[in-house]
Amino acid sequence: MSVIYILITVSIVVAVVFLIAFIKAIKSGQYDDDYTPSVRMLFDDELKKSSSKIIEVEKQKSI
Amino acid sequence: MDTKKCFHCGIEIIKKEEIVYEEKSFCCNGCKTVYEIFSQNDLSCYYDFENAPGATPQDINGKYDFLDDEKIIAKLLEFQEESTNIVSLFIPHIHCSSCIWILENLQKLQEGISTSQVNFSEKKVRITFDSTKTSLKAIVYLLSSIGYEPYISLENFETGKKNVDRSLIYKLGVAFFCFGNIMLLSFPEYFEVEEYWINQYRGFFRWLIFALSLPSFIYSASDYYISAYKSIKSRMLNIDIPIALGIIVMFVRSTIDIIFDYGQGYFDSLTGLVFFMLLGKLFQQKTYNFLSFERDYKSYFPIAITKLNANGTEIPVQVYDIEKGDRLLIRNQELIPVDGILISEKALIDYSFVTGEAIPIEKKSGDKVYAGGKINGKVIELEVLFSVSQSYLTQLWSNAVFQKKIEQKHKSITDKVSRYFTPILLLLAFVVFSFWLFIDVSMAFNVLTAILIVACPCALALTAPFTLGNVLRIMGKQKMYLKNAMVIEQLAKIDTLVFDKTGTITSNKKSAIEFIGKELSSEELSLIKNVIRGSNHPLSRKIYDFLPNSTKIEIQEFEEITGKGIIAKANDIKVVIGSASLLSISDENQSNQTKVYIAIKDSYKGYFVFDNQYRNGVVELFEQLSKKYELKILSGDNEGEKENLQSLLPKETQLIFNQKPEQKLEFIKQLEEQGKNVMMIGDGLNDAGALAQSNVGISISENVNVFSPACDGIMDASQFSRLGYYLNYSKNAMRTIYMSFGLSLLYNLVGLSFAITGNLSPLVAAIIMPLSSITVVGFVTLMSNYYARKKY
Repeated sequence: MSVIYILITVSIVVAVVFLIAFIKAIKSGQYDDDYTPSVRMLFDDELKKSSSKIIEVEKQKSI
Repeated sequence: MDTKKCFHCGIEIIKKEEIVYEEKSFCCNGCKTVYEIFSQNDLSCYYDFENAPGATPQDINGKYDFLDDEKIIAKLLEFQEESTNIVSLFIPHIHCSSCIWILENLQKLQEGISTSQVNFSEKKVRITFDSTKTSLKAIVYLLSSIGYEPYISLENFETGKKNVDRSLIYKLGVAFFCFGNIMLLSFPEYFEVEEYWINQYRGFFRWLIFALSLPSFIYSASDYYISAYKSIKSRMLNIDIPIALGIIVMFVRSTIDIIFDYGQGYFDSLTGLVFFMLLGKLFQQKTYNFLSFERDYKSYFPIAITKLNANGTEIPVQVYDIEKGDRLLIRNQELIPVDGILISEKALIDYSFVTGEAIPIEKKSGDKVYAGGKINGKVIELEVLFSVSQSYLTQLWSNAVFQKKIEQKHKSITDKVSRYFTPILLLLAFVVFSFWLFIDVSMAFNVLTAILIVACPCALALTAPFTLGNVLRIMGKQKMYLKNAMVIEQLAKIDTLVFDKTGTITSNKKSAIEFIGKELSSEELSLIKNVIRGSNHPLSRKIYDFLPNSTKIEIQEFEEITGKGIIAKANDIKVVIGSASLLSISDENQSNQTKVYIAIKDSYKGYFVFDNQYRNGVVELFEQLSKKYELKILSGDNEGEKENLQSLLPKETQLIFNQKPEQKLEFIKQLEEQGKNVMMIGDGLNDAGALAQSNVGISISENVNVFSPACDGIMDASQFSRLGYYLNYSKNAMRTIYMSFGLSLLYNLVGLSFAITGNLSPLVAAIIMPLSSITVVGFVTLMSNYYARKKY
């Protein structure tokens, strides 16, 4: 039955790891701005599309 | 609809000025240029996220010359090391996802910028750049050229990087960690099954729980010990004393329990309590990032201004370095930072920052001009009379009122209740303790600790934060932004309301216009309307909005004389619109009303009169409020409007005119000395003293994103007529708090009856405490939402 010592120790260690992760996340300022990232994650691809369009157009021209 | 809207900024396009570029229409060259910049750099998806998201770039020629000065730059930068520089700029125009997108792609527009990151809620962009490849000035110019002009004021000059206080969240995190784990580990004991293996591991579980409670007990609850210690020191009994006492007693008793194997202790209740109370604290801390309640003149003033040297060269000079006798050059739309004497022939100065009055004032050469005005029109020159700190406007801030903090002025409702609660509780504990001493000594200690544990006013302490936090949020949604929860308590106590006149009960936007003179024919009206379209003067815009729509007429000649008016020709008819001096007629009665004179075909037709227009619903609001409150109007203007106001407002309303900023402050002070609870409602910088002195200072703002003086709350101007509702709501909020105090005291009584009779088991405590907290929180949330729906 002494396996219970190991199990509980492991579970506490896991919890402590999460606590540390949480504190680190706060420290880095992740929760200071809770709006911008939600918008930012939707961007990115758009820019590539528009430039690739131009390249396509240029290709067609050269043909 | 045949009106087109500008593809870039969304303003309606005047047909004649329409610019078509790449099949898109623009209202002006500025907007077109921004579009060109974006499309050349593959950034045209700026327009995909939002329709017409842009702003027309303003002319900033020479405005940011001070950014060449190394010393000023060093003060503005957040971080500077070798070639890496980081700067945070406040950009008021940030309002949609397009803005975020374009500002985070700045590196594609300018070499040297490595990254830029937007903080939307604070309307700030943080730019990292290489100072060898680009400069701060170049970045500011770039931002301005795409319509995102940053706002740099004297305030930026002094505050470096602000430290954010996140300790409450850390504490909450730790408290939740302890609470969650202890709850799980406590479960076996709740059921108290006398099984072999539970008995075997009991010690291990208990000591583990003890160890887990330590961070919560020592770190998370530390604020309560400090606060309790402070309040004992200052001999004021606040709510934190019974809380701190309860927590400590709980911890000591539980520790003793497990050492001598009496029982499992109350560690679960202890950590739960700490967690719930910290949650309440966090809930109360509603902040509006985009608003600032601490503004003084510094956030209005520029950092630097152009100084004219004796030999005629222009150099930027830091505002604090301006000395008496200096000659300054102030451009269109720049703010005058010091008192001085006008040297240029004429100047139009807009004092709307100071007085709330939107119509610019004309000054002639040799006139004294006061700090705080904004220049409209041509560049002016002035000679400095006083340095910044000695100027008329800025001297107001040397008053002691501005040094105080609101927390020191008032006592919160919870503290007041606890003034009775704490002594009664201690007395009760003592009486019961001595009673049990005669019966059973060991039981007496048990009962004493049980009383202190169960009476720990957790629910009581949660009531106010949750109610006020919720009310704060509800009001925020309705465009009444309060600084903190304390303001609501103050609002409920108000018995006297003092209003500023200009800009507060009158609106800056709408002026009632009346035409006095010979009646104008429809052709004449359309002539005037067409002529006036070309002018950007605020009065012209107002007349333009006032006149009925008409067909468009080609304007042949157009000349706008700054400070005087317009001379124009259309359909071969000469039209003169402007001041009396332009039309060379004498102003018959020298009243203080603003007038615009009209002459068509060289014959005088009459004039437009601008009356101050009162905000919608002012009369009803005053009627409604006069039943419950003492009303006063405190105006910096002359008595021109007195009769009009008297006829409009309830008779009891006291009207006081010609008040300087210091006099306003003094007036409020006197009222307070008479024992009144005063609420001041104002808007301009001239009310700043009165706003700070009053119990609650609310500033009215047409646009909450632009600037308002330091105050306890900012109210959107459109909500002005609902002032009565807010006052009433805050009263109901306080009523909710009292009701819930009753509820939580009831729980305390139930708990105490267990404790006094010596029957408080850890299980009962673990049930009563969270149950009382949750019902109280639920109750106040329901009640405050219910009251929010009630009309006045």
